[in-house]
Amino acid sequence: MRREIPMIVAFVAGVIIILEFFVPALTPVSSRIQNWYLVVVAFAILVGAFNLLRLNYMKVRHRRTDWPFAILLIVGFFTMALAGLIGGIDEGTAFDWLFNYFVYPMSSTMFALLAFFVASAAYRAFRARTVDSTLLLAAAFIVMLGQVPIGSIWVPSWWPFFLSPDWLKDRIMDIGNTAGQRAILIGASLGVVSTSLRILLGIERSYLGEE
Amino acid sequence: MRSALVAIGWCILVGAAAAQTLHTAASVSAADTPEDAGGSIDVAWEASPDEAGEVFEVLGYEVWRATSATGEYRKVADVEPGKKSYQITDATAETGVDYYYKVKVLGEAFGEKMDADTAPRGPVSASPQWFRAGRLNMLIASIILATFILLYISKARAGQKLFIRRIAGLEAVQEAVGRATEMGKPVLFVPGIADIDDIQTIASVTILGRVATMIAEYDAELLVPCARSLVMATAQEVVKEAYLEAGRPDAYHRENIRYLTDDQFGYVAGVDGIMLREKPAANFYLGTFYAESLILAETGHSIGAIQIAGTAMPSQLPFFIAACDYTLIGEELFAASAYLSREPRLLGSLLGQDWGKVLILAFIILGAVTAFVAQFGVEIGGYSINLAQLFEVK
Amino acid sequence: MKFVQWLANIDRRILFLLIAASVIVPLLVPLGMPVKVTPQAEAIYEEVEALPSGSTVLVAFDYDPAAAPEVHPMGLAFLRHCFNKKHKVVIMALWPQGAQLAVSAMAEMTDEYDLEYGRDYVNLGYKAGGDIVIKSMGASIADVFPRDMAGRPTASLPLMKKISSLNDIDLIMALSAGDPGIPAWVRVANALFQKKVAGGCTAVSAPQFFPYLQTGQLLGLLGGLKGAAEYETLVERPDAATRRMDSQSIAHLVIIIFIIFANISYFILRRRPEASSGGAPGAPPPSP
Repeated sequence: MRREIPMIVAFVAGVIIILEFFVPALTPVSSRIQNWYLVVVAFAILVGAFNLLRLNYMKVRHRRTDWPFAILLIVGFFTMALAGLIGGIDEGTAFDWLFNYFVYPMSSTMFALLAFFVASAAYRAFRARTVDSTLLLAAAFIVMLGQVPIGSIWVPSWWPFFLSPDWLKDRIMDIGNTAGQRAILIGASLGVVSTSLRILLGIERSYLGEE
Repeated sequence: MRSALVAIGWCILVGAAAAQTLHTAASVSAADTPEDAGGSIDVAWEASPDEAGEVFEVLGYEVWRATSATGEYRKVADVEPGKKSYQITDATAETGVDYYYKVKVLGEAFGEKMDADTAPRGPVSASPQWFRAGRLNMLIASIILATFILLYISKARAGQKLFIRRIAGLEAVQEAVGRATEMGKPVLFVPGIADIDDIQTIASVTILGRVATMIAEYDAELLVPCARSLVMATAQEVVKEAYLEAGRPDAYHRENIRYLTDDQFGYVAGVDGIMLREKPAANFYLGTFYAESLILAETGHSIGAIQIAGTAMPSQLPFFIAACDYTLIGEELFAASAYLSREPRLLGSLLGQDWGKVLILAFIILGAVTAFVAQFGVEIGGYSINLAQLFEVK
Repeated sequence: MKFVQWLANIDRRILFLLIAASVIVPLLVPLGMPVKVTPQAEAIYEEVEALPSGSTVLVAFDYDPAAAPEVHPMGLAFLRHCFNKKHKVVIMALWPQGAQLAVSAMAEMTDEYDLEYGRDYVNLGYKAGGDIVIKSMGASIADVFPRDMAGRPTASLPLMKKISSLNDIDLIMALSAGDPGIPAWVRVANALFQKKVAGGCTAVSAPQFFPYLQTGQLLGLLGGLKGAAEYETLVERPDAATRRMDSQSIAHLVIIIFIIFANISYFILRRRPEASSGGAPGAPPPSP
């Protein structure tokens, strides 16, 4: 029964939501199911938070490596949660302040790492090893040049337009890139359909922890 | 003298306006909104002729509703003038209740405001429909695709031998796990940052099940940091079962499958930290990824781990391809569970999916050709031959 | 030869330093490079120009602080264009932090323009649900957003009296950093309600929206800082994005130079087979 009940739930919910796409009369049922999901997700956050706190508490208690950082995490967790619960989250509250001066800059910093990693990845990856990688290299070169002002300011007026990075970049993006994206999208969508069918029909059960 | 003339002229004009009455809105109709779940009624009308006239200025329209023709009317919509025809959807209607609608024109002439009602239209009631006709094409396509998949699943079940092409990234899974075991280092599995309702996450968790069995057999350590609670709970269950199946329930450590944070970049910081501290020998990034893909993969590369990535997010694929050893592109991610398990029924669904792809390709070619020809006005029996129209979804 | 070896396996921290310098220096010493406008940006500009004065434009702030350096300047430039043309603006967010970012964008606008809340613009705030929110707005905006961000009843705002559903919106600008975002607006507002949808997104995600541009489901697209700088150029008011474009230009140039060096060292070393230079795509798998 431990396996059958989840499979029946998955089947019924899945079929109703698929049918709703074609049968408008099912909309109320399907929105109710989706609302249930939202409720479950909201409660599940507690499961995650509890897991996080428990593991870090154990770390401090058993003085495992780097345990002082676990204290930092626990303090940070409760500071943010209490600020929100007590003072609310509107503009000018403590939560808002913590968000603007801690969360915002730290998120931006992590995101900004991308600039550095793009450089190191490009340095390694874009080498003319094979025909394929040479093509990749050439495309990257043209798009990078065409994407920024510096790519077009050196182009003299007599330069044929079809050799300018600008024009070439647009062709690569519009034709090559778009065609590739579409192909991947179509393939992936078919994969989604087939995976969904396998799950709904109970053929794919490894997500339930069974082979 | 001059002002007296103006005053007389004014009186004549006002008199003329008073003699004329404001025209009501023309051809008012009220009908159940088609192809919906009920609870709404469409009211449509044409502009009052006065919108084009000289005498009145039409200020707007109001739509009023009552439950009987002579009952008490309640305003349901204000509409700005300036169009030839109008349509509003009254989404406050209750399913199954009879309603009557009136459209009121609001006008003004020489500082005097007036209005004109239409006769009530009704009774009309909102009702849910049983089929969206505009999506018939999608229904047919879905049925064909599902038939292909189910057909090949049943063929596979019957024992037919199926060929599946080699997917290098999946061949390497065993090698990666083996390497981690030899080096005595853990395997890191990142299931993406989407929740369990994302099909890529589900695909990722099914692969986790297969990989975990392998890891349990090799007796390596597995780390699964999660960005969503439900993914964590599912992953714990899947891994536990995998260890049980491998006969190593004692080697399962629940705390190795942990929740970090829902915040995208907080999660990245957490996973990067785990990589730098634990120095895993093999990293798997499978599921839905956004801007964090390269940050994870570059950090993984810097610690010298063998890296296998897979996602159906087209914009993140280039990053994984540049920074990882192997990348599963799009559908390969969804095929992975079938590939690793070699279970005939799962493999059968892949073949069905491929036939779906063949069909789509055929339609793309046909659609492109007919759309091209239709440009020159070619028709058959008065119908455009442009097949692409068949695929419009409403 | 030693130098070439060093170059091939350069310590990535050196690359990082050079990148940091190439970003910071142009911010301090602006070069003022011209920005060339792409047809995708021009299309949005032309659409806003073509709308009769007083039209209603919906701007969705579907991004968070992490994407703000790229996407926020687009929002500012686009809002300026709308207010220059005396259009009415309805703001909303499918991302929780987007509504807050819209508040800061409007603070700048009210400094520059004579705007009255409720008459010239409204901020409906955030609503969870992505596609479903947009779909419900097709029936009634006031049902989805009964109150605006500050808690006033939506129906009491003069501007919202004229706008009952998406049908009354003339143009939608989706500023998006992920999901829900541009795809949701295209899928629902354009496909189901035939609304004109324009988009603005981070540079990384721009390529994936090109198919929508080709099919006309998206009338125009601003991609990353470059897109924002293009719009600033179009509205003739260079701002943050145009300034930051210098950094981006130089950083791109530095990466291009890296790639050239990497290839030179690779070709020199390839003639001497005993040397190697790290793993990459298509490279043989590392030994077990």
